[in-house]
Amino acid sequence: MSDKQNSFIQVEHLQQYFPAGGFGRNKKYIQAVDDVSFTISKGETLGLVGESGCGKTTTGRTLLRLYEPTGGRFVYDGNVIFDVDKKQFVDMLPYRKRMQIVFQDPYASLDPRMTVGDIVGEAIDVHKMAANKQERYEIIIEMLRRVGLNSEHANRYPHEFSGGQRQRVGIARALAVRPEFIVCDEPISALDVSIQAQMINMFEDLQEEMGLTYLFIAHDLSAVKHISNRIGVMYLGRMVELADSYELITRPLHPYTKSLISAIPIADPKIAKESKRIALQGDVPSPLNPPSGCRFRTRCPYADEKCAQETPKWREVERGHFSACHHIDKLD
Amino acid sequence: MSEYLVDIKNERLSFFTPAGEVKALNDVSIHLKEGEVLGIVGESGSGKSVTAYSLMGLTAYPGKLIGGSLYFNGHQVDQMTDKEMRKIRGNEISIIFQDPMTSLNPVYTIGNQIMEAILLHTDKSKEQARERAKELLELVGINEPDKRLKQYPHELSGGMRQRVMIAIALACEPKLLIADEPTTALDVTIQAQILELMMDLKKKLGMAIIMITHDLGVVASMCDRIAVMYAGKVIEYGTADDIFYNPKHQYTKGLIRSIPRIDAKEHERLIPIEGTPVDMLNPPKGCPFAPRCEECMKICLREMPPVTDLGDVHYTQCWLIQKEEMEKGAAK
Amino acid sequence: MKENPVSFQLKLNPEDFLPATQEEKQSQVIMRESVSFWKDGGRRLVKNKVAMVSIVVIILVMIFSFIVPSFYPYSYKDQIKGANNLAPMQYSEEEQAKIDAGESVFPHIFGTDKMGRDYAIRVMMGSRISLLVGLIATGIILIIGSAYGSIAAFFGGWVDLVMMRIVDIIYTIPDILLIVLLSFALKEPLGHLKDVPGFAWVNVVGENLISIFVVFALLYWVGMARMVRSQVLMLKESEYVTAARALGVGSGKIIKRHLLTNCIGTLIVTTTLQIPSSIFTESFLSFLGMGVAVPLPSLGSLASDAINGMNTYPYLLFIPALLISLIILSFNLLGDGLRDAFDPKLKN
Repeated sequence: MSDKQNSFIQVEHLQQYFPAGGFGRNKKYIQAVDDVSFTISKGETLGLVGESGCGKTTTGRTLLRLYEPTGGRFVYDGNVIFDVDKKQFVDMLPYRKRMQIVFQDPYASLDPRMTVGDIVGEAIDVHKMAANKQERYEIIIEMLRRVGLNSEHANRYPHEFSGGQRQRVGIARALAVRPEFIVCDEPISALDVSIQAQMINMFEDLQEEMGLTYLFIAHDLSAVKHISNRIGVMYLGRMVELADSYELITRPLHPYTKSLISAIPIADPKIAKESKRIALQGDVPSPLNPPSGCRFRTRCPYADEKCAQETPKWREVERGHFSACHHIDKLD
Repeated sequence: MSEYLVDIKNERLSFFTPAGEVKALNDVSIHLKEGEVLGIVGESGSGKSVTAYSLMGLTAYPGKLIGGSLYFNGHQVDQMTDKEMRKIRGNEISIIFQDPMTSLNPVYTIGNQIMEAILLHTDKSKEQARERAKELLELVGINEPDKRLKQYPHELSGGMRQRVMIAIALACEPKLLIADEPTTALDVTIQAQILELMMDLKKKLGMAIIMITHDLGVVASMCDRIAVMYAGKVIEYGTADDIFYNPKHQYTKGLIRSIPRIDAKEHERLIPIEGTPVDMLNPPKGCPFAPRCEECMKICLREMPPVTDLGDVHYTQCWLIQKEEMEKGAAK
Repeated sequence: MKENPVSFQLKLNPEDFLPATQEEKQSQVIMRESVSFWKDGGRRLVKNKVAMVSIVVIILVMIFSFIVPSFYPYSYKDQIKGANNLAPMQYSEEEQAKIDAGESVFPHIFGTDKMGRDYAIRVMMGSRISLLVGLIATGIILIIGSAYGSIAAFFGGWVDLVMMRIVDIIYTIPDILLIVLLSFALKEPLGHLKDVPGFAWVNVVGENLISIFVVFALLYWVGMARMVRSQVLMLKESEYVTAARALGVGSGKIIKRHLLTNCIGTLIVTTTLQIPSSIFTESFLSFLGMGVAVPLPSLGSLASDAINGMNTYPYLLFIPALLISLIILSFNLLGDGLRDAFDPKLKN
């Protein structure tokens, strides 16, 4: 890969297993993320989609070292933050200022006992970004203003706000440390439809104003397609496809991506009634005991012997278009 | 006898909370013929679920019906006693809920719960009920019904559980199925399966469906009629084509405009509806949407617009339309 | 077109259809009055009649036991000659003589005990001791329990396992036995301690009471620790804690700022309910003769002393017993009221 050198964020073979009971040889693991690799350039938005339990949230949180990864390597702006082979201690505090996260649930992600001003101000205190109270207050107001709130809101408690406004507070908290990279963990899926568009626009505006890089996690492919430059599709802990957004939607090179696109209900009665869905059979298997070989094979219409025996290679099928499937040629 | 299966006229329902009266439904009128699918869309708190629940006589404390009349299949629901209501519930009207995880009782088997619904409303023997339960499971696309009947809810996946919920709801071949966000908690590919199943069942059994959702995509592909609710009012009602191709109310227009389209070729900035949802404890004096409306006029802030009929079954509540119609009238 | 009758009833002017300004639109959006957690809970508490009555009773008992004794004419340890076993409002011969001589003598409202001490002041001092023991013991329990529980829950894994097994072991120790053993074991060292300058108070309080405190500190916090642990286990998974970790906030600060402040509702309730149980334990021990040192009274020891003369002087038993019941009942009712007001799980 030629762009490996100048990529801002570089994730190689990331693995995250969570212990799930059992002892010794019988010890079981939830294989939440397995062998996921991708890069993000500065100022880019990488979308991450997949169904619940596919490991997209875990990937985002592992990047921030909120979970200790069990394998792989992670390079941030030229600095190795994690490398499973060379066990080295990295003080995360300076990076906490550069990487931030916005959460899905605007009700659970704000401390109900703190005022909005203190929620935003906590980051300023931790990183000692303000010399005095006055300066701290000014930064808080500046951040609230950026997300479309005002100084009147600073002394109020989270429960006095609507979902959309709370999500804005959550974003202001993440912005307070002036980060370069933000993991947006399903930031719009809990919001009302009429508010989602406001949020998407705000994410775009903030990216432009502050030069942010996003990892945008969502299960709503239409929203992800709108905001992302490139999209990665995950299934059961593995990345199955990664490509430019428009390319991915129009020419998917993995049967899972294809069925995912066709399953999206389109808000247009005529198109909706005409369009044919590729109905996937069955449910997602358990990550405790994923299928051998290709993990999608149990639901894939093209699956054969080979899929059960061999794990398909993650390869660059076309320039910038990655996929992991044995039967790419059978898709049209 | 009314020509409609469901005929709600000027329903008013308030929740008397310690903080004050919340007018959850304010002059709601909805009607639906046999075998039709009605979609109720709106944001959280707009009163879409309350409307459907009140039709089943399931208004939660401290809610109270304070005006209007509700007819279902020739019964006047608002005049019925609880005992009479119980005969209809689960028999002529059934409901499926959003969260299939919590709506099944974890300590009983699937078979037990389906049979309970059958035995409650018919005088079938236990053996016959079991046969019927097997039929129902096959009907909702669950393989090996014999095995499934003996399983407990936690042994099934989310999609499976929702199928079981549908099977329970259909136990007595109801005339009306109320689906309260039936796919919101499910993944996209599973959502597609469930929606398809519901449409199939509708064709087979000829029941009417009230589909409560916030997802315009779901409504577009399924519904004949659509009611758009905002702050306890039906602000626009019409056929799917009316609503999607000829929306009249500013909120409906804004809603359709604000969702990102998966089939968009260029990156277009979204046009959101500005502002925050209505605080139902302190609603605006005039039209509830006025503070967020781009075309807001002075009268909108003062008076609630009257209902404007736009032909067959399309009507809306907006001063702009009223103004247009009056100008047309004056020109004549 | 059907004309809507409404449009005729309303007088519509052409200006009405002019676009509204931004300010006009904004004036319709009213931001609700800001309500903090304390205000909100306080408001609900005030509405609860039972809890309010309990608060009044507790305040009255506190005035009775902390303020009244300071200007009461009798002392809890002075024995009045010839005034043994007086009935309520009865005077001794000597006092009667004084009254006859025109002097005014403050009546023995509750009579006197068999040693001629005014019983009213002894009851006041008794409830003061009982309340103090209840409050201090609860304070000790609160501090140890919440610190221990939150640390165990927050760090989890091995730390949690070891800490909670210690709790399990402490649960199995019979508390009364330990108090008896401790008060014997502590007698020696405390006896030396009271001769050390600055530690004279040990003599007044008595070894027994100190050993009660020690036992509370050693044993009784386990319930509180379990409570706090279960709360913190739940809270530490919440996203705002993850957000704080992502911001780089340290563990101690997370426990203090986010976890304990969010258990505060439960803490208030558990603490309030712990007070009567501490008072009860103290009274029970004093009743068995293992409580405060003579001549200091506590409600339990007063009741215990009165047992012997129960048939002749029943009021000596009734008064402290009634007071114990009253204090415990009002703290329990207040605790229930606080739970309704502050515990978010019951919030609708």
